Amino acid sequence: MSELKEELKAKIIEQLNLEDVSVAEIADDDPLFGDGLGLDSIDALELIVMLDKDYGIRLSDPKEGRKIFESVEVMASYIEEHRTK
Amino acid sequence: MNKEFKISSYSHIKNQTVSVNGNVLFTDDSEDFTTFIKAAYKFLDTGYSKFFKMDNLSKLAFLAADVLLKQEDLNEDENNIALIFSNKASSLDTDRKHQATIKNDAEYFPSPAIFVYTLPNICLGEISIKHKLYSENSFFIFDRFNPEHLQLYANSLLRSEKSEKVLCGWVDIEENIYEAFLYLVESNGEIEHNTEEIIRLYKIL
Repeated sequence: MSELKEELKAKIIEQLNLEDVSVAEIADDDPLFGDGLGLDSIDALELIVMLDKDYGIRLSDPKEGRKIFESVEVMASYIEEHRTK
Repeated sequence: MNKEFKISSYSHIKNQTVSVNGNVLFTDDSEDFTTFIKAAYKFLDTGYSKFFKMDNLSKLAFLAADVLLKQEDLNEDENNIALIFSNKASSLDTDRKHQATIKNDAEYFPSPAIFVYTLPNICLGEISIKHKLYSENSFFIFDRFNPEHLQLYANSLLRSEKSEKVLCGWVDIEENIYEAFLYLVESNGEIEHNTEEIIRLYKIL
């Protein structure tokens, strides 16, 4: 699980082009949106694509992302439970 | 009699060099655009992290505009500066990247972050957001640099008082071949706003 969380942090930084952020700076429970990493709606869509591409998880309703992308901790738990690859 | 306007400043980004009013601000050996523009961004102390989310056309246009606009005494809330940009390749550089994400049915994962930049005028939005520009903006596609059109349009906006200033120019990129030339037109300035002078400045770098 902790390996997955580190992997997710690295993927978020790389795929969302967070140039000024390092893996060490993202706490497991940091909010990804709003006051946390400050991600926006396009980032949310990019994370949905990442779930599909890298973990074989297809969200039928993009609104589900709101809860799943709350933090790296929540994301990792969801992926562990639902991943198909 | 029609009022005449002046060119108050201009910038170039081309051949691994960033310049303002003919003076080199930054130069780098890197032939890779992404590496070059990142180094320029850092050297010029741009401080706008959203820059790294932009496509290459927007990065080019944004930085060429930023070096000029940060010299201006801009209002924090709203500025009446119009943008008239042009190029030859439209957003082809990014269109190709988007196409690469959808060409294989088995690996069909279009990236929203790339797709949103598959229009050339998105770069105008990026500049407008950063500098709070609430005025007209247009992006034209021409076979070649077209100073006649830019001059005519800029004069029209200024004479009709739709804008206080107009930032005009050419921003074109295809992979590692890039060229940006922007100039600011307003009531005050040292350089005449006519096609001969625009062409002269365009060819400086």
